[in-house]
Amino acid sequence: MAETRIHGGVTAAIPHDSAAKHVTGEAVYTDDIPEPPDLLHAYVLMSPRAHARILRIDTEAAAAVPGVAAIVTAGDIPGRNDVGPIFPNEPVLATGVVEYVGMPVLAIAATSVKVARRAAALVQVDYEDLPAILSIEDALAAKALVCPPHEMKRGDTARGLARAPHRLRGEFRCGGQDHFYLEGQVAMALPQEDGDMLVLASTQHPSEIQKMTARLLGLPANSVTVEVRRMGGGFGGKETQPSIFAGIAAVLAAKAKRPVKLRLDRDDDMIMTGKRHDFLVRYEAGYDDQGRLLALDMILAARAGHVADLSPSIVDRALFHADNCYFIPDVRLIGYACRTNTQSNTAFRGFGGPQGMLAIENLIDDIARRVGRDPLEVRKLNYYGTETRNVTPYHQAIEDNIIGELTAEIERSAAYGPRRREVESWNRASPVLKRGLAFAPLKFGISFTTAFLNQAGALIHVYTDGSVHLNHGGTEMGQGLMTKIAQVVAEEFQIDIGLVKITATNTGKVPNTSATAASSGADLNGMAAQAAAREIKSRLIGFAAMQFKVPPGDISFAGGRVHIGERSLPFGELVGMAYKARIQLSATGFYRTPLIHYDRETGSGHPFLYFAYGVAVAETLVDTLTGEYKVTRADLLHDVGRSINPAIDMGQIEGGFIQGMGWLTTEELWWDKTGALKTHAPSTYKIPVARDLPADFRVQIYKAGVNRAETIHRSKAVGEPPLMLANAVWLALKDAVAAATEYRVPPRLDAPATPEHVLMAIEEARRRAAQLERPLLAASAD
Amino acid sequence: MSDAVRFLLNGEERTVDGLDPTTTVLEYLRNHERRCGTKEGCAEGDCGACTVVLAEANARGSIDYRAVNSCIRFVPALDGRHLITVEGLREADGSLHPVQRALVDSHGSQCGFCTPGFAMSLFALWHNDKSPTREDVLQVLAGNLCRCTGYRPILDAARHMYEGPSDDKFDRDPTMYGRLKRLGRLTGLHYTAGGKEFLAPRSLGELGEILKRNPDAALLAGGTDFGLFVTKQHREFQRIVWLGEIAELRSVATAEGVLEIGCNATWADALPALERYWPNFGEFVRRFASPPIRNVATIGGNIANASPIGDGPPALMALDASVVVIGLHGEREMPLEEFFVDYRKTALRPSEIVARVRVPLPSPGLEFAAYKLSKRLDQDISSVCAAFALRIEGGTVKEARVAFGGMAATPKRAKAAEAALIGRPWTTATATAAGAALDQDFAPIDDFRASAAYRLTAAKNLLRRFHLETTGVANARIAYG
Repeated sequence: MAETRIHGGVTAAIPHDSAAKHVTGEAVYTDDIPEPPDLLHAYVLMSPRAHARILRIDTEAAAAVPGVAAIVTAGDIPGRNDVGPIFPNEPVLATGVVEYVGMPVLAIAATSVKVARRAAALVQVDYEDLPAILSIEDALAAKALVCPPHEMKRGDTARGLARAPHRLRGEFRCGGQDHFYLEGQVAMALPQEDGDMLVLASTQHPSEIQKMTARLLGLPANSVTVEVRRMGGGFGGKETQPSIFAGIAAVLAAKAKRPVKLRLDRDDDMIMTGKRHDFLVRYEAGYDDQGRLLALDMILAARAGHVADLSPSIVDRALFHADNCYFIPDVRLIGYACRTNTQSNTAFRGFGGPQGMLAIENLIDDIARRVGRDPLEVRKLNYYGTETRNVTPYHQAIEDNIIGELTAEIERSAAYGPRRREVESWNRASPVLKRGLAFAPLKFGISFTTAFLNQAGALIHVYTDGSVHLNHGGTEMGQGLMTKIAQVVAEEFQIDIGLVKITATNTGKVPNTSATAASSGADLNGMAAQAAAREIKSRLIGFAAMQFKVPPGDISFAGGRVHIGERSLPFGELVGMAYKARIQLSATGFYRTPLIHYDRETGSGHPFLYFAYGVAVAETLVDTLTGEYKVTRADLLHDVGRSINPAIDMGQIEGGFIQGMGWLTTEELWWDKTGALKTHAPSTYKIPVARDLPADFRVQIYKAGVNRAETIHRSKAVGEPPLMLANAVWLALKDAVAAATEYRVPPRLDAPATPEHVLMAIEEARRRAAQLERPLLAASAD
Repeated sequence: MSDAVRFLLNGEERTVDGLDPTTTVLEYLRNHERRCGTKEGCAEGDCGACTVVLAEANARGSIDYRAVNSCIRFVPALDGRHLITVEGLREADGSLHPVQRALVDSHGSQCGFCTPGFAMSLFALWHNDKSPTREDVLQVLAGNLCRCTGYRPILDAARHMYEGPSDDKFDRDPTMYGRLKRLGRLTGLHYTAGGKEFLAPRSLGELGEILKRNPDAALLAGGTDFGLFVTKQHREFQRIVWLGEIAELRSVATAEGVLEIGCNATWADALPALERYWPNFGEFVRRFASPPIRNVATIGGNIANASPIGDGPPALMALDASVVVIGLHGEREMPLEEFFVDYRKTALRPSEIVARVRVPLPSPGLEFAAYKLSKRLDQDISSVCAAFALRIEGGTVKEARVAFGGMAATPKRAKAAEAALIGRPWTTATATAAGAALDQDFAPIDDFRASAAYRLTAAKNLLRRFHLETTGVANARIAYG
């Protein structure tokens, strides 16, 4: 009779759908797609100046190079030269003024990249330098912002600060991060009949490329089709910025009337594209003797770069996470998106959340050191309550708080207390090497905070043999979204996942999609795909009820079969019968997230459907002579609700953590005095390698996890949150730096904690410790 | 006349002519063979997405499998070899190779773009070592970046890959050794395309003839820096002479109290001897780039390249190494420190090459250590590289050789620091005083690797570390492995 369980339903830890293709090199990425014979290759000439007026562009010699087919500057764009996702006037090619070193000035299509590059070297551009703003401080001083500041507040901060027994003013800085997707930006534009354009691109947001390409070409959206099967990594870097490169390829293709591919090499990619925002944070906090945070006045200023891109929403999300898990009675948070003459920073896993969260973690750590208590105890003291003390600075009440449970569990499993004592006693006996130990919690809000983006569509066809074609608006960047959604559909139809064909995301199939971003991919598209599958299922049930004269309630799908009263048919057989009875076997599905809203004017609302939680304990070993270090152990406990695929979720947790660790440790972006980025390849920009994995790495999915919100199979979003578990690593490095002064002064350690920053923090802390005459508590109780 | 480049690609014979000699293996695979499994991630040998394996017949009658970066190797340097790519691993019946199987079962891929490179690095390991430790695996994977997984599943795969069949189609092919041998040449490759030449002499005699005719030819050794002249600086070369096929320059041998390393010896070749005589040198070399780089990068290239941040020269200078250069008029020998004249300038005259390095074997009482500081522990370029060799007798420093990289325009001895050491008791005070003297030796620069302040502070502290380590203080530094 019926098999009891299908292969690859929800909760099955099956491998990524493309795993076998990954390991054999058979998985096709955009640059691997067979090239049409008349394909041209594009090269982008970049600005060497941070801010300058373009006086003259002479392309005559370049145009004469044999093999050059088209050269485009801003003036050659037939439509509107603007790919701004929120605000207008964000050009793909410079219009009269260059705004950063690396800004695309013009593009050349030729028979090979080599020829195009050679031609580009012959282009003459005369510039007249303009004053450039290269730092957040300079932008703040010049009031150069890409959008008005955003404020969230609750209570009376001034009064709260005035009444607090202790006050602390401080400043903190965290660096940006390059996405370093292994596959760089790439797009191929293929002209079609009627002047239409087909764009194959590595993008998290095909609908955005469609819209922007249409805008650039002066075409309606229905003239542009965008497709992506998979990306070699995205991490947010392929949310908005692929529009620039797909757009340039399309403009060149339209001009040359030939297909054009634009693939950036690593250096050009890193020099041209935006990154995670670096932040400057300034705060004044009030707290009591126990370390309870009473009031906080904090500004978070981000380097937006030369245009807004998504920076307004990113700064918002930094504010949304500047409370992390902590209740602050009187709080005011102000976010600034600073306009600088550097790359336009953009989405990156966490979307501002990590920076906001790190700011408060740093503050809580400092407060704990000032009151002389273990930072973990001070963290717990400040946690949001479940019934009271549970309102955020944006006035949403937290209704699903499980941070206390997670903390209790990891405190036990990671033996935090005994290790704290052991580390301190070990440090007393070790003059050169110091160990650091730290705990970090996280709470991450799930939903796009721009409410209308929280929608998704799916399209499912069932063919007459019972095989299924699945399509939805989500994109695959390695996170396993396609696998998870196929599991949802397999579960719905109760068929083996092998019968569900995963297909490329295509704007012609599911329109008007949101970016695969904000960790929302499975939440949104899973629900949409489930809705589509349920629609077909209900038609099949209706048909079977009529055909076999059985009440619909007696019809069920299980183990690859449809059970109809006493009868049971293979799924494919019923489908074949339904087809002959002229039952529609194709359906769309749609989902919109309920309940959410946010008013930016008042800084209040209910922006998140739910929160994801996690906790981490990390231990480090630091060399106080050189600042070198190792992460010797990390324990992670993360809440994914009910996991659709524990293997894939585990991959997100571990991978996110290591990526976050890279952000906070070795990944350092460095611009020279002219504003030129000098860390633009893996030889100079150091993401973690295998050795950086903690030698002792214990990762657990929270077993009791269940989403209280009605999400797809009660799972929780997992793409971004685990990145912030890495805060524990940075805090553990800070703890080791503190150990270098026998914990007498709270050190200042900015992120990333490169060996240099660690050593300099040690030296600075030791200088302060040497000056310290009074005991710490007295010194700080001002 | 032009020879064609002959090699095997996944078991099939290939004869290539007409391609620009600086066409990289990666470009060849992707654009000419349309084998797109091998990926470009950086075009500088730093990410490993392009990793392929070169199989070569060795003198012992077996086949060596070496992972290399295809993005910076030129096609003519495939001559006589077997190029194995990720598409070539499946068994004849289509089943996955044990390495591939393990990566799938361990959830070792997410976006999959780096995966072919990991598969190839692990494939080389699988052939070379059937029971590697975790440490071995970490070393083997030092040149492969993954941005998605966080590596844990890949390390799992490196364990599980031995649970499948213990041989593969390459092991089972009895004809392979003979086929590779038959591809070998008696005289050097002379490849010409589009008016550009690539010459690979097989003897010093042949090399001499070539250099006599072409004193301006560009000399190519391992190519791990030269490759970047092409892929990053987009330079063009009319005539390249590859030294890599001159077997007599590849020996690593000890004679009369001196370790002689031929310029063609790769860092992988030299590692065992260096580690045998100077255990501290072993760890230092393991932190030098990554296996795919060390498998091809040569000692000679590391020296002749005269980079201020090359790691080999400071260590060799501290060990009092000399360099033997060879030209049309014979050999001459000079202390290594005299070889470096200025930023990227050497004492080489036209048509001269670095032939070998001579390192005196350790004498009694010699304390040696080489330290490398970088942002990332593995596969990073030094912000500061320090090497110390002291001969200590009765607690007093009798001889001192201190050399640094990353502190000046060339790898350089720290003469003031040495003066502050010689004749003094080997104490904390002496180490501190010698550290202070580094202010006279060096005025380092600020750049993206480190600030001048960090370089100087850390350099001084490394002297203190050396003192602690040589006086038996435990936990003076973090163990590498």
